[in-house]
Amino acid sequence: MVRDLFIIVLSTILVNNFVLSRFLGICPFLGVSKKLDTALGMSGAVVFVMTAASAVTWLLNRFLLVPYGLDAYLQTLLFILVIAALVQFIEIVMKKFMPPLYNALGIYLPLITTNCAVLGVALLNMDYQYDLARSTVFGFAGGLSFTLALILFAGVRERLELCDIPDCLNGLPITLISAGLVSLSFFGFQGLFN
Amino acid sequence: MNIIIPTLIMSALGIVFGIGLAVASKAFGVEADGRIALVREALPGANCAACGYTGCDGYAEAVVSGEAKPNKCSVGGPDCAARIAAIMGVEAGAMERMVARVRCAGTAGACKTKYDYQGIEDCAAAKLMHDGPSACSYGCAGFGSCAKACNFGAIYMEDGVARVIASKCTACGMCVAACPKRLIALEPADANFTVCCANRDKGMYVRRSCTAGCIGCMRCAKACLVQAITVTDSLASIDMGKCRRCGECMKVCPQKCIRYFDCALTR
Repeated sequence: MVRDLFIIVLSTILVNNFVLSRFLGICPFLGVSKKLDTALGMSGAVVFVMTAASAVTWLLNRFLLVPYGLDAYLQTLLFILVIAALVQFIEIVMKKFMPPLYNALGIYLPLITTNCAVLGVALLNMDYQYDLARSTVFGFAGGLSFTLALILFAGVRERLELCDIPDCLNGLPITLISAGLVSLSFFGFQGLFN
Repeated sequence: MNIIIPTLIMSALGIVFGIGLAVASKAFGVEADGRIALVREALPGANCAACGYTGCDGYAEAVVSGEAKPNKCSVGGPDCAARIAAIMGVEAGAMERMVARVRCAGTAGACKTKYDYQGIEDCAAAKLMHDGPSACSYGCAGFGSCAKACNFGAIYMEDGVARVIASKCTACGMCVAACPKRLIALEPADANFTVCCANRDKGMYVRRSCTAGCIGCMRCAKACLVQAITVTDSLASIDMGKCRRCGECMKVCPQKCIRYFDCALTR
C-alpha cells in the first residue's frame, strides 16, 4: 500500500505531470508564472483544492452516483458543481479562521474553481478506480506536480525577461515556445515506472 | 425514472450547496469595514508599495485601522490624501511633492567606456562585469533598468543616462530600488539644484573617466552664500534645508555637474 502510494506520488509528479505531460491547467500555468512569488501562492492554493476535491468527489461518487448507476455520465456535471461549492466554502472558512493563509492564497482560490486540473484529477480518480486513500494522495501529488511545473516555468520566464528576444516572438509566442521545451524535457521521464 | 433521479440529485445538491454556502457566509462571515472599499477606490491603484504597504489594498486597510496616515500615497498626491482624509474624517496633513533625480551626468559624450558590453540588457547584470562598461564605476550603466521598473513612463534613456520626466514622476520609488548603482534619489520637487554626480574618487581619477563628474574642487562650496554645500570624499552635496536657490554654485562649477531642475512642472 505504502509502496503503491509512493509510486503514485512520484509518477504523477515526474512521468505524468499534470501540466507538462497531461496539459491540464495550462491557463494558470501561463497566467501566473510571471513571478516566482505569485507562482508559489497559486501553487499552494492548487495543492489545497486538488487534495480536498479528490477526497470529496470520491465520496460523492461512491455513495451518491454509483448506487443509482449514474457515474457514467453525471460525473463531470456533478464534480464541477461540487468543486465550485467546495472552493467557495473553503474560502469563507479560511477567511474566518486562518487569515494569514487566506491572505497568502486569497486571490488565487476563486481562480481555480473552474481549473481543469482540479476537475481532471477528480475524473482521473474515477477512471483509474482508485480507493479513497489513493484518490486523496493522487490529488495531493497532482497539486505538487502543478507546483513543480509552475515554479520551474516561473524561473524560465524570469530569465526570459532579461533576454534580447526578437520583436515578432516577444511576449506570449516565446512563452509558448519555452513552455513546449519545458514540457518536452519532462517526456524524458517516460518509462521511469512500468 | 431514468431522467428523474439524476435531475433530483442535481437539484437537491444544488439547493443543499446553496443553503450551505449561505449559512456558512452568515456563520463565518467577517464584518469588513465599508470604509476600506471607499479608501481603496480613492487610491490610484498603482500597487507600487511606495507607502510601505503591500499594495493599495494593504494601505487602504492600514488607513482604516488607524495604523497609517492618509498622506502616504505619493502617487495620488495631495488630492488623494484629501479624499482619504474626508472619508476617514481626519486631517490630511501636509504633503511634500517629491521627484526622482538621477545623480549622473555622464552621457555618452562625457563619460568614456571601459569595454564593449554585449551581455544581458540589464543594469544589474552589466554591473557584475567590472561595474559596467562605462569608465566611471559610480555612473549610470545606461541599460534602463529604472525605465523598465517605472510604471508611469516617467524615465527614458538619453545618451546612455537615465532621465526623469518630472511631470510624470510620482515618487513611488520603484526606480530607486531598481538602480544597482544607487544613483536615483527622491528629492523635494522644489529643490532646484542637484549635484548630478555620485563619483567619490579624487578629481584626477574622475577627470580621466568623465568630463561631467564632480572633482571636489570646492568652488561651489566657496561660492555658496549660505554654506549649504559640503564636499565629502571629493563629492559635493547640497543641503536643501539651507539652500536659497540662488544658483551661484551652478555658475562656478567647472564640470557643469550641478544642474538646474525646473520645479514649476505640475502634474
